[in-house]
Amino acid sequence: MKTETISERRKFLLNTARAIGLAALGGLVWSAYLDEVTASELTLRPPGALDEEDFLATCIKCGMCVEACPYDTLKLAKPGDNKPLGTPYFEPRDIPCYMCTDIPCVPVCPSNALDIKKVSTNNQLDINKADMGVAVVDTKNCIAFWGIQCDACYRACPLLDQAIYLDYEKNERTGKHAFLKPIVDSDFCTGCGLCEHACVTEKAAIFVLPREVALGKVGDHYIKGWDKSDEKRLKNAEAHITKTELSKEKAIDTLNDMGGLLDD
Amino acid sequence: MIKNKYLILRRVFQIGLMTLYFGANAWGWTFIIGNLSSSSILGTIPMSDPYAVLQMFAAGAVIASDIFIGALVALLFYSLVGGRAFCSWVCPVNIITDAANYLRRKFEFKKIQKKQPATRYMRYWVIVISLIISFGFGVTAFEFISPVGMVHRGIIFGLGFGWAAIAVIFFFDLFVLKNGWCGYICPIGGFYSIIGRFSLIRVKYDEEKCTLCMKCKEVCPESQVLFMVGKSSDQVLSGECTNCARCIEVCDDDALNFSIRDLINKKNKES
Ligand code: SF4
Ligand code: SF4
Ligand code: SF4
Ligand code: SF4
Repeated sequence: MKTETISERRKFLLNTARAIGLAALGGLVWSAYLDEVTASELTLRPPGALDEEDFLATCIKCGMCVEACPYDTLKLAKPGDNKPLGTPYFEPRDIPCYMCTDIPCVPVCPSNALDIKKVSTNNQLDINKADMGVAVVDTKNCIAFWGIQCDACYRACPLLDQAIYLDYEKNERTGKHAFLKPIVDSDFCTGCGLCEHACVTEKAAIFVLPREVALGKVGDHYIKGWDKSDEKRLKNAEAHITKTELSKEKAIDTLNDMGGLLDD
Repeated sequence: MIKNKYLILRRVFQIGLMTLYFGANAWGWTFIIGNLSSSSILGTIPMSDPYAVLQMFAAGAVIASDIFIGALVALLFYSLVGGRAFCSWVCPVNIITDAANYLRRKFEFKKIQKKQPATRYMRYWVIVISLIISFGFGVTAFEFISPVGMVHRGIIFGLGFGWAAIAVIFFFDLFVLKNGWCGYICPIGGFYSIIGRFSLIRVKYDEEKCTLCMKCKEVCPESQVLFMVGKSSDQVLSGECTNCARCIEVCDDDALNFSIRDLINKKNKES
């Protein structure tokens, strides 16, 4: 009797341990795979989408935004698309976002992964506030930068002269022509991709990337002295003097000190 | 009476529903839009997958009211009325696994296959792990790998390589484990097993009519729930019963039937 209770208990412990071990292994494989399928640096989301991280947690993958889009712009990622499975995205070279003023894709979203507030000003829908991404010009392959006249992207842009403007420059090679170079202003560009769609080169020389991918970041330590509002950040600043090994001596002495640099 | 009444009814319902969803995307029908993750019936009644919403919650998402109410609607329906009916009446994967199971019976794989060391509790483990991973990674863990989701969306929005998921489930069920996906692994099935436990529609077994042919246990995808067959007249109360009614229609002796949960009797027994 006694031996049996012990062996039963052992069996139970062993089984539990085995189950936990298996579960842990399964979890490990699962999370590794998940990391793979949700890594999506280059995915362009519909207008009003939350930041990628929140978007991935919030979108329930119902496809209602896809069904609402009258241009078939939006697609739900399917296996093989290399995008987080089931989430909506678009490829502007294929079909851009046509910037509907009534933004049908956003209000239908039941999960608020597409947030009306992000595309409204004063409670009015305002598609120009969309920031699906930002257009980037490949200046080596844009033929306008070669000196050939092309303004396909410029003309296609719904925010013409705001999101894209032309930079006029004398063409020194011919002496009598001008360059009309398209420049994107990321403050206004919505990432709709109408420019990318219109670009005449074989592979678009202007293309939309998600903002986090396309834009740099200066950090806090530069201040625009010519910008009153930016300069305000200096208001309560105080001076810190850091003492390091080098700053013990005067700067000029440090510079003149050849110790260790020249062979004696 | 038609022999496979419920089977035909189920297929009509499954395929009909998918057609409605498909039509909504392809031709702009408005009866039901979205997909099984979340839909809107006639533009007013929301329905969402409560298990997906649970994962969203674990992932730290702010749950919108539409989604919350939708999950509640589904939860109430299945826990009060339908039981685990989602699996056999709605889920499109059911057609795939039933096909595999049919072939298994046809070719009598039972005779050549050994028992597998798998337990039906695995699906509950999968639920637990999915919630832990959702919490840790901040994404809905199962939703991103769910073959069920792939198939649903595949039918409505295009399949891509989703056929691979279909093939894996089909061959797994056919050659590896009888009812492997739905009966052992799928956490959606597990989830509905938990919430469907208390539902009102229950299969009822009548021992007096039973001739012990065991056809019901043979076809039942969750045969453990029919443990009372040959022992005592009883209702099938396990949440794992999918209310598919296969047992009812294979029984030539009318020993099995749908019934309404016997609440009063139950109370008497307990007291
Ligand atoms: S704004 Fe219009 S075109 Fe753009 S994604 Fe939404 S529905 Fe489609
Ligand atoms: S409507 Fe919202 S929840 Fe549905 S797929 Fe689109 S973004 Fe996701
Ligand atoms: S993506 Fe192109 S077309 Fe759209 S706003 Fe930006 S520059 Fe204009
Ligand atoms: S008991 Fe009957 S209704 Fe329930 S799952 Fe089994 S075969 Fe289907």
